[in-house]
Amino acid sequence: MKYNYYPGCSLERNAHSYHDSAMAVGTKLGIEFVEVEDWNCCGATEYMSIDKISAFTLSGRNLALAYEQKENGDLVAPCSLCLLNLQKSDHHMQESQELANNVNTSLAEGGLSYKPGSVQSKHLLDVFAKDIDENEIVEKVEKFLYGLKIAPYYGCLSSRPGFDGRENFDFPLRLDNLISLLGADVVDFPLKTHCCGGHMTQISEPTALELIRRLLKNAVDNHADMIVTICPMCQLNLDAYQDSVNKYFKTDFNIPVLYFTQIMGVAFGFEPKEMGIWQEFVNAKEVLAKILDEPPKVPKEKRASKTALPMAKV
Amino acid sequence: MNKKRIGVYVCHCGTNIAGVVDVENVAKWALEELGEEGVVVSKDNKFMCSSVGQELIQTDIEEQGLNRVVVAACSPHLHEKTFRTASERAGLNPYLCEMASIREQVSWVHTDKAIATQKAKAMVAGAVRRVAQHEPLEPIHVPINEATLVVGGGIAGIQAALEIANAGHPVYLVEREPSIGGHMAQFDKTFPTLDCAACILTPRMSEVGMHPKIDLMTWSEVENVDGYVGNFNVRIRKKSRFINLADCNGCGICEQKCPVKIVDKNFEAGIGYRKAIYRPFDQAIPNYPVLDQPNCTYFIKGTCKACEKFCPTGAINFEKEDELVNVEVGNIILATGYDLYDTKKIPQYGFGRLPNVFSSLEFERMCNAAGPTSGEIVLRDGVTKPKSVGIVHCAGSRDLNHNNYCSSICCMQSLKFAHLVHERTGATIYNFYIDMRTPGKDYDEFYQRVLEEKTFFIRGKVSEISDAARNEEEEGKLVVQVEDTLLGEQRRIPLDMVILSAALVPKADSGDVAKQFGISCSSNGWFSEKHPKLDPISTMTEGIFIAGCATGPKDIPASVSQGSAAAARVISYIETGVLALEPIRATVSEENCSGCRICNDLCPYNAIVFHDETMVSEINHALCQGCGTCVAACPAGAISGTGFSNEQILAQVKGLLMLDFAEPELEKVP
Ligand SMILES: Cc1cc2nc3c(=O)[nH]c(=O)nc-3n(C[C@H](O)[C@H](O)[C@H](O)COP(=O)(O)OP(=O)(O)OC[C@H]3O[C@@H](n4cnc5c(N)ncnc54)[C@H](O)[C@@H]3O)c2cc1C
Ligand code: SF4
Ligand code: SF4
Repeated sequence: MKYNYYPGCSLERNAHSYHDSAMAVGTKLGIEFVEVEDWNCCGATEYMSIDKISAFTLSGRNLALAYEQKENGDLVAPCSLCLLNLQKSDHHMQESQELANNVNTSLAEGGLSYKPGSVQSKHLLDVFAKDIDENEIVEKVEKFLYGLKIAPYYGCLSSRPGFDGRENFDFPLRLDNLISLLGADVVDFPLKTHCCGGHMTQISEPTALELIRRLLKNAVDNHADMIVTICPMCQLNLDAYQDSVNKYFKTDFNIPVLYFTQIMGVAFGFEPKEMGIWQEFVNAKEVLAKILDEPPKVPKEKRASKTALPMAKV
Repeated sequence: MNKKRIGVYVCHCGTNIAGVVDVENVAKWALEELGEEGVVVSKDNKFMCSSVGQELIQTDIEEQGLNRVVVAACSPHLHEKTFRTASERAGLNPYLCEMASIREQVSWVHTDKAIATQKAKAMVAGAVRRVAQHEPLEPIHVPINEATLVVGGGIAGIQAALEIANAGHPVYLVEREPSIGGHMAQFDKTFPTLDCAACILTPRMSEVGMHPKIDLMTWSEVENVDGYVGNFNVRIRKKSRFINLADCNGCGICEQKCPVKIVDKNFEAGIGYRKAIYRPFDQAIPNYPVLDQPNCTYFIKGTCKACEKFCPTGAINFEKEDELVNVEVGNIILATGYDLYDTKKIPQYGFGRLPNVFSSLEFERMCNAAGPTSGEIVLRDGVTKPKSVGIVHCAGSRDLNHNNYCSSICCMQSLKFAHLVHERTGATIYNFYIDMRTPGKDYDEFYQRVLEEKTFFIRGKVSEISDAARNEEEEGKLVVQVEDTLLGEQRRIPLDMVILSAALVPKADSGDVAKQFGISCSSNGWFSEKHPKLDPISTMTEGIFIAGCATGPKDIPASVSQGSAAAARVISYIETGVLALEPIRATVSEENCSGCRICNDLCPYNAIVFHDETMVSEINHALCQGCGTCVAACPAGAISGTGFSNEQILAQVKGLLMLDFAEPELEKVP
């Protein structure tokens, strides 16, 4: 399997471990990611609200470049925001001929053009959670993550508005499913699609800290050992700002936040270090040491009490 | 045959047709240009379907000696019968009258008068050429078997069965569950009058059980249906109850003694328990228990037989097998009801994850005095009374991600719940609704009553229900996140208990059942009616009727009305004794059939049988509805349709092509 790959700026900086682990895991599964030649920044959230046409042109250029190497397959973005910007630009260019013309006028300056709708883009998660057969993943597992309790965190940008008609965006399950293939326990995580605060840390830190606190608390309340994310922004906020949250709210959160590709790597038998683990702020060492050799015995489900009414289970 | 003398009648339909088509011009043109085809009379009239219009045809047949009639008006679906009957009154074989649909197919779909007029002329020419090829036909008469099969013993099926049986005709009522009663038997109170469901339902149920004209088969399934209107042959599997019914006196001792207790996902909606040998509820009809083989210890481990030991009459029979019975019936009513939407498919609402989120049917059972909590409204722990309760309307309805339709009963059902919670717990109640829909008799009055009980109504679609507390107040509660669209604000309401008013969905096997009986389903999966407004209880297959929620969500009064309506139709068929069917049928020519069997599976009405001995296909004329699918499909050209012969169709096509459509002016193609 082959894809075009648009890493985005974060994966060259703070989220290097995301990139490294994704490549390693991909290679193990026989997937080749071909980087889009000469790609540029997606414009993040800010640019869209400052200058729409320029913002659409930024993503339009990435789409045009991906189209030039279309023979490699669909375009994959590991960052939820990059993907959203790609899909948003493509969608609006398809809806508005005028916008498409404007973007193309700009692209022409660089000798490029883009026909809206001609590149299929998707999240890196969908490569591993949808395109690859479940059995292939299980076959590659060398060390099941038995006993590890994981909160699957999708973040808001990967869920809505769902330009590519993805699964239930109110309560997605594909990351949950992938994690359980690796042998880990998925905990109930009701806030799985809630916002991590994004760039709000730069604008109004207290607001961002409250958003982060809610997520950390919800994971801990549901007995998670670790949060697993699919977006560099989410990882950064939950991990790097955990300390600030603790100081601001006088809490004592200490929950590691890793990328899903990193734990896939661990399960596939890579050394944590190769996966960029230990670079995180909240160290995952203690938690990873908890992994058991055998699946934990699930206690037979007992009635909560003599009087309790039975309940349907998902 | 003598020379063709054709009369053409072009209808204005008020301005419906005349507004777009130059009707006088069409009539004049037909007389002038279609004389060679045999047109001797051509007239226009404001309303051909009026008695004046019909008399016009009759008089011309009698006085002008017409032997063919063409009426250019609306769709034959509406008035073909009218004009054929008019022709018949004047002594003309009705099948020598043909319609051209210049309303549905011309005036309603065009705006350009010149083009529309030209197209109307082409349609008339087609009909004229076609009718010239028509032969007189006689309707097919089939005798009607007096017995009726009713499938599904919910309130709709019960009503239908009783109406027919009370008129003195035999009924077979087949119900898949151990007892009749359907969903209504699960409820405590019914809106808007709040009468006790059991009090109004159980008398009907016992009437069915004791009726000399009703052969009740519960714990049974229809396995096969053959035949056609008037003469259906139905095979029914009576699943083994592992009980000799003749010996069982319904004492229920077996049920008490059985050591196996399992969650009852059907009748108790998953919120209560039953034994492995059980009756779903005390007033079950019939009152015999059913042994649930997959859960019975004896069948799993080979020992137990407690029920057998304690049964005072020795009625338990572990060897008992399923029984197959064949019955012959003239008509069939399908009243198979609905399923409740599985709210686990709306994971953000937490059903199946959060203990105190309940489904509507769970709540019905909880309210029922005979239910698992003896009618106490409590949290999942079985003891704590809620102090605050949220009721979420439209859970899975009116939502493109789930079901795009309105389930019609849930607003009223939610109001009923609000009232019951208020009455029994005094809790604070929030109803979350998108739009309030209370259109039935006394329904809005009930809404006002619930408003006066100080229920809070929040207009907005709930986006999420979670136990993720943000502050002290929310700790330990279920938090409903909703946009209050009247206030224009996001709100978070912490509550003890939430009830999801789930959508009504077609039965999981509705597609298979439809196929078995040769009827069709709407895109949502509900059984399709023959006409949504004018014939809501018939189907496109003669002799098969539908009633109750099987055709779409509805309340009890509407389900009962449909049960009665379907019964009335069946009774009228039975009383007539014979049924005249349209002679428009397909026939296989034995000589030309190559035996390839291509047509066999194509027929939507299962009308084609294959004879292995002679290796040819044959069409059953009572089943065939004359759709023409097989005629078109037969590679050997061995099938012809009465009233749709190749000559007739080709003549019509030639007529349609008489005019050149490329030219706006009327040009005759040489
Ligand atoms: C929570 C809730 C509360 C409600 N409260 C009210 C109320 O207060 N007032 C009101 O007017 N309406 C109420 N309704 C609506 C009411 O339930 C329906 O209008 C009514 O039950 C429809 O009756 P039915 O006979 O069409 O279908 P059902 O009640 O569904 O009965 C169908 C029967 O057919 C059987 N069956 C199905 N398939 C087969 C098969 N293939 N072979 C044999 N048997 C089969 C089923 O087992 C069942 O017994 C409520 C609905 C819900 C969900
Ligand atoms: S114990 Fe025997 S008689 Fe009594 S209900 Fe059971 S089977 Fe019937
Ligand atoms: S398709 Fe024609 S040839 Fe084939 S079995 Fe049917 S009637 Fe005979």
